[in-house]
Amino acid sequence: MGNIDPVINVRSLRVDRGGTTVLHGLDLTVPDRQVVGLLGPSGSGKTTLMRALVGVQQITDGEVEVLGRAAGDPVLRRRVGYVTQSPSVYADLSVTENLRYFATILGAGPRDVARVTDAVDLARHARRRVGTLSGGERSRVSLAAALLGDPQLLVLDEPTVGLDPVLRRDLWDLFARLRDAGTSLLVSSHVMDEATRCDRLLLLRDGRLLADDTLPGLLERTGAHDVEHAFLRLVEEPAGPDGAAAVRSPRHLGGEAS
Amino acid sequence: MSMHDAREASTLAAGTAVDHEHAAAASRAPRALSPGLTFATAGRVLRQIRNDPRTIALLVVLPCVLLGLIAWMFDGTPVLDQFGPILVGLFPMIIMFLVTSVTTLRERQSGTLERLMTMPLGKGDFVGGYALAFALLATVQALVVVAFAVWVCGMDVAGPVGLVVLVAVLDAILGSCLGLAASALARSEFQAVQLMPVVLFPQLITCGLLMPRDEMPAVLEAISRVLPLTYGVSALQDVAAGGGFADVRGAVAVIVGFILGAIVLGTLTLRRRTA
Repeated sequence: MGNIDPVINVRSLRVDRGGTTVLHGLDLTVPDRQVVGLLGPSGSGKTTLMRALVGVQQITDGEVEVLGRAAGDPVLRRRVGYVTQSPSVYADLSVTENLRYFATILGAGPRDVARVTDAVDLARHARRRVGTLSGGERSRVSLAAALLGDPQLLVLDEPTVGLDPVLRRDLWDLFARLRDAGTSLLVSSHVMDEATRCDRLLLLRDGRLLADDTLPGLLERTGAHDVEHAFLRLVEEPAGPDGAAAVRSPRHLGGEAS
Repeated sequence: MSMHDAREASTLAAGTAVDHEHAAAASRAPRALSPGLTFATAGRVLRQIRNDPRTIALLVVLPCVLLGLIAWMFDGTPVLDQFGPILVGLFPMIIMFLVTSVTTLRERQSGTLERLMTMPLGKGDFVGGYALAFALLATVQALVVVAFAVWVCGMDVAGPVGLVVLVAVLDAILGSCLGLAASALARSEFQAVQLMPVVLFPQLITCGLLMPRDEMPAVLEAISRVLPLTYGVSALQDVAAGGGFADVRGAVAVIVGFILGAIVLGTLTLRRRTA
């Protein structure tokens, strides 16, 4: 099981969508068995990068390698769990009906359905129609579906958006436990606070990588006291640290990501 | 919250470790079509529809109401006996086309199709599952409509009623499969609804319902030959005029061919990677 190679290896990835370049030749790696945060404001290309990793994005140029295979390789469809930003589950089916269908596709059994339902704390709502659940509950159903069959790599697009602080903490605890159990995770967020829960950070802005570092490494390099300010320093690097910009800085870097 | 339960965490850990060791065994490449997953998809689609009784009611009641209105309008004339069998094939086809194209479009927009495309589900399983589920619905719908036409409206079919049912069921399945293929072209629900006139109206105009095909200009007659509804209407006209299976089997074979063609087209136009 000792896998030293990175789980994700991206080389000069360029993606054009609708006449504009969304990703400008990205180079990045994601190490094995870590929670890696993909942070960046709305429109920075997080979702496009994640779609490229799970093989549903048409790419213009470059190479994307996941678990040692080209992204989109049929073998990866069992090994990579993907959660889209908006909950991709059937609103007119119950929680269990949804999970059973996805479990059948993955060849997982009813015990696995019960396990992931517990993991996202939805056992109480198992029989309820997903359409009657709250937004946060729906996104947990979507997350549960990605945990089915124990994937080696989880690609999670803003899984904690709109959740209350307790649930957010619980989900990040779950991510840490999954990592300890041997899963690698790439988790996107536009909430810079969540950086503290990641082993490593990828900072993305306008389709370019600003930083690929650990949180302490990033803070040391920029001399900032949190990720928010580190981000600003990196953006304004040529101009140097700017106190006025720090005051203006919003708590969240964007509303809803692309 | 149970997430804090250390025991549960260790179960998670054990499950993951076991799975990674067996990953190689489970890593066989998925096929484009596997009966188990096709049936699972059909079951899932039917479960979704079962959870929506209003749609079921509309699917079954609407064509009956339309037919009832026509029977009432032409009460006391032979119009129902002459055109009833054709309408029994036509209404379900139009309704199933709309229902299928909107349903599959919803699957694209909700992100569930994107999720499925990252999972070991064959494209054939997806389209086949939908085709199967809607074929079952179409069968129920066509049976109810024919029963209503014969027993409630008093439609008198010169040929065997069973043949009317067969062609009506096939027409409804054809509507579904054309809807599946067409939904690949639509980017919004508005477009999906607009595809109905694009795909169905030329067929309605040239199928021989408005004017006998042998009286049409040669070009229109040629166009009507390559459109599937022509064969459905021609088969139903034959049965209404007293024809038997021998008279319609050619047309039935063509309709089945179009159904299979539409399923293949729907599968080929489905893309795992999108822009």
